[in-house]
Amino acid sequence: METAAALRGHGYAGPLTIVGGEAHLPYERPPLSKGQLEDGADAAGTPLRPEQFFTDADVALLRGPAVEVDRLRQIVYVGGERWIGYDHLVLATGSRPRRLDLPGVALRGVTTLRTLDDALALRRQLATARRIVVLGAGFIGMEIASAAVKRGVEVTVLEVNERVLSRSVTTPVSTAVAAHHRAHGVQLCLGERAARVVGRDGRATGVLTEWGRLLPADLVVLGVGAVPEDDLARRAGLAVDGGVLVDRSLTTSDPLISAIGDCAVVGDPVTGARRRLESIQNATDQGRYVAARILGELRPYRAVPWFWSNQGSLKLQMVSLAREYDDLVVTGDGDRFSVLCLLNGRLAAVESVNDPGTHMAARRLLGRSVPTETELLAVGYDLRALARRTTAAA
Amino acid sequence: MPTVTYVFDDGSKQTVELPVAMSVMRGALANQLPGIVGECGGSTTCGTCHVYLDRSTEMFAPPTDDEDEMLEWTAAPRAGNSRLSCQLVPTQPGAELVVRVPDKQV
Repeated sequence: METAAALRGHGYAGPLTIVGGEAHLPYERPPLSKGQLEDGADAAGTPLRPEQFFTDADVALLRGPAVEVDRLRQIVYVGGERWIGYDHLVLATGSRPRRLDLPGVALRGVTTLRTLDDALALRRQLATARRIVVLGAGFIGMEIASAAVKRGVEVTVLEVNERVLSRSVTTPVSTAVAAHHRAHGVQLCLGERAARVVGRDGRATGVLTEWGRLLPADLVVLGVGAVPEDDLARRAGLAVDGGVLVDRSLTTSDPLISAIGDCAVVGDPVTGARRRLESIQNATDQGRYVAARILGELRPYRAVPWFWSNQGSLKLQMVSLAREYDDLVVTGDGDRFSVLCLLNGRLAAVESVNDPGTHMAARRLLGRSVPTETELLAVGYDLRALARRTTAAA
Repeated sequence: MPTVTYVFDDGSKQTVELPVAMSVMRGALANQLPGIVGECGGSTTCGTCHVYLDRSTEMFAPPTDDEDEMLEWTAAPRAGNSRLSCQLVPTQPGAELVVRVPDKQV
């Protein structure tokens, strides 16, 4: 969607088709685990563009899904025996929830969340559920826990790691998020694995943990991460390795095909490591970049990744990902703080809780040159002061 | 329906009607107007839908603390009438808004 809008916005006048896998107009996904689970949310979700846009901008929207790419003939086959030719193809197929290989996951009342239809179904189920178990304390799982507890549903989150959001944030943020959820009545079972989903008459009634504890539930939500939707690329013979492999200009092993968003594996500009990101910013930035590249942009893709998540009344904002660090500095206090992650004497990532100013300052700083610890020390680790100074000097 | 006139950096203008409950940010995207990105979808998180509200400031509640803090870091300089357009949802049917769109958002 972002690529198509940017192509038209920058004057591309040729034919343009979006092949989607769902019946809805392309819509915002971030609200699905947040506002969309609340009463009164629009059943149409939040369309990225109104229907009229597709007419006005002359963008064809084909309800797919795309089933096959024939790279020799430059054709995409779409469900219902339709096909469409391309000069350039952009794969933006996203990711899908990881399924757990667990006895009982096929029972009714075991669900995942990816699409608007999933969210609408989950909201209906939450309206009558008394207690739910969420498997996995990642962003999606914890956001669902927030929404459910707000609706008065009893919530237990079972997580195999010792802390919440362990794949995404550092311990101080995990601790704050866990305390917040507990204070709002969410039961957290950390460091404990699910053994099976138990049920009666084909319907889930609870989760049995590896230690033999039974957590009763009339709804079980799996929030155990996502896997890239790269089947189409693999079948087309493109290089695939934990996602569709792309170079620094987001081109796949076929120069006529790009891949963007959750499904693409790309080199990280800060660390140089190969990385696949699951975030809206990554998807839209890459979408706009590919549009520019198709229209002649020569520079490689470079954007500092950032993320956000609402955890109850906590607003989490992250710049870059703290997968590796050798020192942490916490600034601020209580419910409003930031964690500076340092690696080899340089700022590597920043996580903020209810601290949007520091988050924005960090984005500005990391988007230019990466500050050294010496520079940070000179301002008492106040990123806002450092960003203001850097901006004034520029 | 409320109307919004977007004034762009090059001096050109475009006036659009805004359906009820649609934000000024959404209105720009829906009508393919340049200059407003709205990367976070309207959750006061990205700061890429910055506008200068030329009049009718009294129509809207003042910025929340979060919006206020985000406005400190917009790509174009903040002015007294700076707002994030995702937070501007006119409700009066006859409202006529004028917003200036800055030259950069990212």
